[in-house]
This record gives sequence, structure tokens and C-alpha cells, in this order.
Amino acid sequence: MKAIKLIIILVFSYAKIVAQDSTDLMTQLEKQEPPKTNYTFATFKSTRLITGHSVENIGKGVLDVRILHRFGPVNRGIYDFFGLDYASMRMGFDYGITKNFMIGIGHSTWQKTYDAFFKLKILRQSSGAVNMPVTLSVVSTIAIRTDLAKRDTFNKRIHTRFDDKTSFAEQLIIGRKFSDKFSMQFMPTFIFNHNKIDSINTYTQNNKNIIRGQKRKNTFAFGIGGRLKVSKRVSINAEYYYQLPDAKPDKKFNSVSLGVDIETGGHVFQLHLTNSNGMTEKSLITDTDDKWKDGYIRLGFNISRVFNVGKH
Amino acid sequence: MQSRFIFILIVFITTNFSLTAQKLYTKNGFVSFFSKASIENISAENNQVMSVLTLPSGELQFSVLIKSFHFKKSLMEEHFNENYMESSKYPKATFKGKINDLSKVNFTTDGNYTVDVTGDLAIHGITNKTTTTGIITVKSGIITATSKFKVKLADYKISIPKIVKDNIAETVDVTVSCVYDQKI
Repeated sequence: MKAIKLIIILVFSYAKIVAQDSTDLMTQLEKQEPPKTNYTFATFKSTRLITGHSVENIGKGVLDVRILHRFGPVNRGIYDFFGLDYASMRMGFDYGITKNFMIGIGHSTWQKTYDAFFKLKILRQSSGAVNMPVTLSVVSTIAIRTDLAKRDTFNKRIHTRFDDKTSFAEQLIIGRKFSDKFSMQFMPTFIFNHNKIDSINTYTQNNKNIIRGQKRKNTFAFGIGGRLKVSKRVSINAEYYYQLPDAKPDKKFNSVSLGVDIETGGHVFQLHLTNSNGMTEKSLITDTDDKWKDGYIRLGFNISRVFNVGKH
Repeated sequence: MQSRFIFILIVFITTNFSLTAQKLYTKNGFVSFFSKASIENISAENNQVMSVLTLPSGELQFSVLIKSFHFKKSLMEEHFNENYMESSKYPKATFKGKINDLSKVNFTTDGNYTVDVTGDLAIHGITNKTTTTGIITVKSGIITATSKFKVKLADYKISIPKIVKDNIAETVDVTVSCVYDQKI
């Protein structure tokens, strides 16, 4: 009897070993794997949400050539071909030094502005071993306008100091990809505006803006933006910058933009409607002259083409 | 006396069986793929493939994490994960199958043995029956499995938009290489 019992026990324990097939071992191996950090990617399709920056950086060694256009307001009617007769453009070159640090330069026709920026990604949204709810980036931009006259009508030297032409925009971008389709970001922005654009006495002479007066204003603005993917390669974007009322320059409005991103391989094509003309942070946020309500809506587009130039 | 004999016999048989039913596995197997198209060639490599080979049954399994494929161009890697493989929805590709003629492999003699493999290949949430040939290499007791086969993207509902059809091949070449460095 004892022997039969033993046989039964042994047969069962043997059966147990056999039942441990390779499926179980694979499950065990997968469980043994240390948890990995899953970094979120593609929160937005481009490094720009519409005109302003998104939390995205371009890859290391990648050159991004960007051509941006903003046309005139559509309410000008058929005579100006709904604004298309006028175009303001910015041409820019961005380069990724590391995957978290990029720089860029550009030139805009608007106020003949030269600009340069850097963007540093400080935190990356992730799950798994490291759980981080948001991506955090810092963008610092300098813009220099070169359309200001050196002398006023009384032949007095003005705007000769570098300081008079220069503005800085310091931006913190906090973004989160909530799902594959939906992402949002907040952009608190401080603008050190050294341009004397708010002066009471502005007029044009010889195609140059002559500005008198010494008033200058720094602005704090709060931006909010998001995207909703409608297909794998198309998304709808929105971007809004709210300027704090006491810091808002006179007769300027908040920038509101709606856009569509279309991505094909190395190209991103962004088409949008906006009330802003400027394409640097300072001119986008503090130099918007028109309101959507009055029909001052401009058609605009960004074209981005990336080239892999550096080592990977 | 007789019962003791049976007991010893049973113990002998079971231990003997459990020794032969051996599982070889690796956690750092290699899978790469290559897409040849008129505009550009695309390749990616993954060094963190898990595989289990059971002896003597020939049961074979692979588990491949999609996010562990690395490309030369970062944007390609992003598009691969986001637009084509949808790796947040389908994080893994798996293979569950069998080496049909493992009996012809002599594990005690060094050499290359060509074998037939059949099984279920699951990519992008779609499972298909596949048949391919592979090579089992035995060298001083270490077993390596390699295979090259083709995967037709349409079979796994990986759609290529018309605008990039000259950039991505319809069928990609997949290379698998696993050194079974661990065993149970």
C-alpha cells in the first residue's frame, strides 16, 4: 500500500514538472524583467504647437528647416484676395545638439526681426520604473528688431542702443500626453520687452517706424494649448496666450490660433487660422493687433523638413 | 522488498525524465529587420529578445518588445512606434511554435543543422500561421538558433500610406539570432 501511495505522489509530481511548459517559463521570464521606464514620445507632432513652442525637441543631429507664413486678415475681402496678397514670413533653422537640447535661429519679415532660441527638456513624461506625469521644457528666446530708424524727424539720435531693439521671452512649458489622441500643455511666459513699441508717438517715415517716447513694458502671459489626433497623421491643434491685464500693452489683444498638423515622413505641414502676425514669442504674444471677433483672421502655414546631418 | 524496488525504479524514471525535459532560454536574443525601397533603406535592431527552447519536444517561443527596436534616425523610431506598430496598443510581438524535426539535431556533436519551424507569429495584434527554416548550431555544448524570413506588412494590417510607399517596402526581411546561454 505504501508503495502505491508513493507511486501516486511521484506520478503527480512528475506530471507537475511536465505541465511547466515553455509558456509558463516565458511568463516567468517576463515577470523577472526589471520594470523599464517607458518614456512618452510624440506628445505633439512638431516642435511648434502652432506658432509657439511645444514640449517636443528634435532628435540629436537633426536639422529642421522651417518656413512659416502668415497672410493678411481675411476680412480685407476679394480685393486683397482675402489677405493672401500680403504675407509675413519667418525662415528658421533648428538643430538638435542632444535629444533634450536644441537651438535655433530665424529671421522674420515682421519688424525685420532676427531671433535665436534654445530649448531644454528638463523632465520627460514616463511610466514604469520612473513615473513622471508631465514633460517640462524651458525655452529662452532673444529677438532683435532691425526696422527702427536711427534718427527721428528732429535728427536726434534714437534707438541706437542694442537694448532698445531687443526683447527676451522666457518660457516654461508643462505638457502631458493624456492618451494617444489627446495632449495638452501650459506655457507660462515672461517677456522682457525692451522695444519702445508702446510709445504714444509712432509714425512712419521713409518706410521706417519712427518711435518716440521711453515707455517700455514687461509682460507676463499664460499660454494654454492642446492637440487632438483625428487620424494617425493628422491632428487638430489650438493655442491661446492670455496676457495679464495690467501688463498687457495698450491696443493689443490675446493671441488665439487654431490649426491642423499633417505629417508625411520627414515633413510636417501645419495649416492654421490665427489673429497674430508675428512668429517670434515676443511678437506673437504681445504684438497681436487684431481680434478674431472683428474678422481679423489670418491664414498661415508652417512647413518643416528634417535632415539628419550630425552623428546619431 | 518488491515495493521498495518499484519505488526506486519510479524515482529513477522521473528524475531521468525531468533531466531530459530541459528548457534553454535567453533574455538577450537578437532580432533585426530590413526594408529595401526605392528611396531609402530602413533597418532596426533589437537586442533584448526573450526566447525559450524546450528539449526534446522542440517547443519554441519568442517575445519581442517593439519599443526596444532602435533605428539610426530618431524620427523613424518615433513613426515606427506611433504610426506603424502602434506600440502603446500592441507592445509585443510573439512567436509560439515548434521545431518539427529537432530529432535530427545531435546536441553532443558540433555542427549546423537546418530545421523546419512552424507556429503562430503575432505582430500588431494580428496572429498568422508561419513556416520557415532555421539553423541550429551546436558548438562546444552551446546552442544557437538563427533564422531569416520575410514578413509581409499587409498580413499584419500595418498600412503604408501612398505618399511614403517608395520609402517603405511591402515585405521586410527579418533576421533572428539567439544564443541559448541559460537553462533550467
